[in-house]
Formats: sequence, structure tokens, C-alpha cells
Amino acid sequence: MKHLLTVTDLDAATATALLDTSDRLRQALLGREVRKLPTLRGRTVITMFYEDSTRTRVSFEIAGKWMSADTVNVSAKGSSVSKGESLRDTSLTLSAMGADCVIVRHPASGAAHRLAAWADKDRESTGTHTSIVNAGDGTHEHPTQALLDAATLRDRLGSVAGRRIGIVGDVLHSRVARSNVFLLATLGAEVVLIAPPTLLPVGVAEWPCRVSHEIDAELPGLDAVMMLRVQAERMTGGFFPSSREYAVAYGLSDARAAMLPEHGVVLHPGPMVRGMEIAPSVADSARAAILAQVRNGVHVRMAVLYHLLAGAPE
Amino acid sequence: MANDRRGDAGGEGSGLPDRELLSASDVTRTIARIAHQIIEKTADAEHVVLIGIPTRGTVLARRLAAAVAEFGGRAPAVGTVDPTLYRDDLRRRPARALEDTQVPEGGVDDALVVLVDDVLMSGRTVRAALDAVSEHGRPRAVQLAVLVDRGHRELPIRADYVGKNVPTSRSELILVSLTEIDGEDRVAIRRGAGE
Repeated sequence: MKHLLTVTDLDAATATALLDTSDRLRQALLGREVRKLPTLRGRTVITMFYEDSTRTRVSFEIAGKWMSADTVNVSAKGSSVSKGESLRDTSLTLSAMGADCVIVRHPASGAAHRLAAWADKDRESTGTHTSIVNAGDGTHEHPTQALLDAATLRDRLGSVAGRRIGIVGDVLHSRVARSNVFLLATLGAEVVLIAPPTLLPVGVAEWPCRVSHEIDAELPGLDAVMMLRVQAERMTGGFFPSSREYAVAYGLSDARAAMLPEHGVVLHPGPMVRGMEIAPSVADSARAAILAQVRNGVHVRMAVLYHLLAGAPE
Repeated sequence: MANDRRGDAGGEGSGLPDRELLSASDVTRTIARIAHQIIEKTADAEHVVLIGIPTRGTVLARRLAAAVAEFGGRAPAVGTVDPTLYRDDLRRRPARALEDTQVPEGGVDDALVVLVDDVLMSGRTVRAALDAVSEHGRPRAVQLAVLVDRGHRELPIRADYVGKNVPTSRSELILVSLTEIDGEDRVAIRRGAGE
């Protein structure tokens, strides 16, 4: 594995190996006073975030630090990007400083791919090896989120294969939904997208999933339900009449949560808008694995860094 | 590098037949002997923990613990520690899969830890395992038990308990089979198939 750009690059064996590594790393750190592994000593990991983020950036940083990598955070605000530097020049600068791995979040879909193509080109001319990790590009993909969701489902349900997972809400603007559909399908799950027609992207018919508009009809058959945040900041048109109406039609209320089977798990990629897509009491219930997702996020990202950086360069 | 079976599924090597070093009953007897030695050398220790190095070291640690209990010693706690994250040769080959790490309840603080592996060669795996164990606490002392010592040490490490010393050349492979993993107990040597 040289870069992690999209979950469609992962076959079932590679994805499972990443999840296994994540489990083993959690095991290796369990109950220890000093959570520090020497594995990535001397490697430099740079996070480059052109969009706001709390959990993704922090968990990548913690993941790097727990494995003894030197982590540096660059955000568009407060860097030369705000002076008008292009993505290409920023990436050249970072790789000239010796970054072994650049973790990028960018509002443009495909930004991570561009960086990876440049990194591969620079490698021929300069001999540097820079791995690129996509931490969210526009409405395209967010691979480590899908991996941590899969890790959480595996913990809670014992397996992902053969399980039916519902993804509810703003699929149109959600890179989390896209990454999850493809990764969970690769791992053998049956995925159901549940959303109003206005919040489904063009081409969804070709995705490896089923589409439904009726949340109440689907809930009893789901092993897990993933609630998506309504991304107000990306909404430029009228996708639904009002937030109140959305909450009534697609929000996960107590009554709806009770329609899930006994073992049904509730996931949310965060940040949550309580009262909108999920009721506060459901978010805090025993079904909710939302904090487990955050915990798994660190271990999954450690696993990604391990697979990209620990071995010999390919 | 311990057992040469790692990364080698036991396929055909040089064409010469493998030569058996220990038969199934030899393996059983060897484990029993090491268990007796452990009882002798740890008689005054309050808290003994056997830590296996995956994967066959873990199996050996479990068997040794059972044998110690059977021969009248106090049953030691058993755990397993994966040294991979502490290896000094990670960058020399593609990323390796990680193995189990399970430190027994009670930890290793002030315990007499016996590291267990199947084959001792360069000593680098044991060095990494020592680092890994020390991250989980501060043992009173650490000892080392191996089924086969094949020489070629690259670090100042020696075993306290040795099942069998086997002089080898670097081009030979030691193949350890254990019933739990390989379906039979056997130690064999394969000529000219190594580096």
C-alpha cells in the first residue's frame, strides 16, 4: 500500500488486514501507563487540512504520536495557503521538508488523488517517498472513517459480512456515506441507503447497495443504522422544506430506535446535530457506539500509518 | 529470527529430504525437561509469568505452564507479547502483520518473566520482545526458554533453558511443527534452502 486515497483500492483481504492490525494495536496498548510505541520513530507525518475538523485531525495526530512519528499540523488558515499558495506548491514544499506522509483534507473532490500523482512524479525526480492519505475530499471519499466504522461494527456485531447496515440522511453531500457503501459491500455487508430523493447523488443506482425512502419500513431489518449529519454548509438549494420536517421524516427518535432489533447498533460519524438527525436520548443510549467509533478512529489510523510507513518502501 | 517456518509454508527447498532433529516424543520429553528446570530455577519466586513470542512460542508457553503445574510447581500465569512493533528490521521488508499481545491479569511488575520462543538465532526477536515486555511493567527478572538454539547470535543474548542445541549453517532452515498449529510435533532441518 503506497497511498490511501479511496476505499475502492482496498480488496477484502487488505481491508481486513487493516482492521486486524487496528485490533492488535489496541491490544498492544491496552492497560499501559505509557501509550507509546517506537515503530515510526524518525518518520514525519504532516496533516494538511483545508477544511475544519476536530476528530479526524486530532486522531491522526494522536495516532502518529503514539507510534513515535513526528507529527506536524498545517491548516489552510494561518499558513501560506491564505497568501494564495497553490496546492501544488504547498505539497512540493512539504515533501522538500522530508514528509514521509501527508494527510490531506480538502473541499475539492479528487484533491488527494492529485497530491498522490504529484508525489509519485516527484519520487522519480527526487527519490522522496511521500505517502498520501485522503482524510476527506469534497463529497467524494473519507476512507479512514469507513474503516473505523467497519472496525466498530465488527466489535459490536462480531462480523461485517452478512450484516444489513442502513445509512440514513444526507447521502448527496456525504463522503462518509460513499466510502462506507463501498467498503462495507467489499467486506460482504448488505447496505441500504435511506434518504429523500433530493439527498441522493446521481449515479447511486450503480453503487453496490439498495435505496429506500422509508426509514420506518427498514429499521426492523437492520443490524446497524448510521445516521448522517445534514451538511447545511454544503447545501445551496432547497433539499427539504424545513429542518423540523426533516427531523420528523428521517430523524432517529426514541420510537424509531425502538424499532431496531435487540442487537441493533446506532452509529454517527460526528459531529452530531442533536435533535436534527438523532435524538439526544438515542445518541446517549447503550445502542449508540458513537464514542467507540472515536476510540477506534485512533487505532484504525495507527493501522493505516503502520501499513504505509513501517515497512520497506514499495 | 525464530522459526524459519515463518514466511515459508514448508514447500520444497533444495530437493534434499528434511532431516528430523526431534520426533513427537522427543518434543514432549524436551518440554517436560524444560518445565522441570523452570520449577527448579524459579522455586523461590512468588510470581512467575511465562510470555510466549507468537506464534509457536505462545503455544510452547502454554504447554510449559501446563507441564509445570502437572509436575507439582505452582501454575504460572501465561501471556503472549508480539515483538513486531519493536523490531529493528521493519524497514527492510514490507509491513508485517501483527500478532496477539495478551499480558496476563496481574501484569509483569515484579514478576519473574520467562520469555518462550521456538528457535533462537540472531537474538533480535528476543531483544524486541524484551523491549515490548518492559513497556508493560518492570519484571523482577527476565529469563529465556527456547526449544532450539541454532547459534549465529548477533546480540549478547543467551537462553536460560534450551531444548536442543543445533549447530547450523546460515543456509539451513529449522522447521518447528507443533500440533496446535501444524497438526504434529516435530523439529526438522532443511539444508541449503535459506539465505
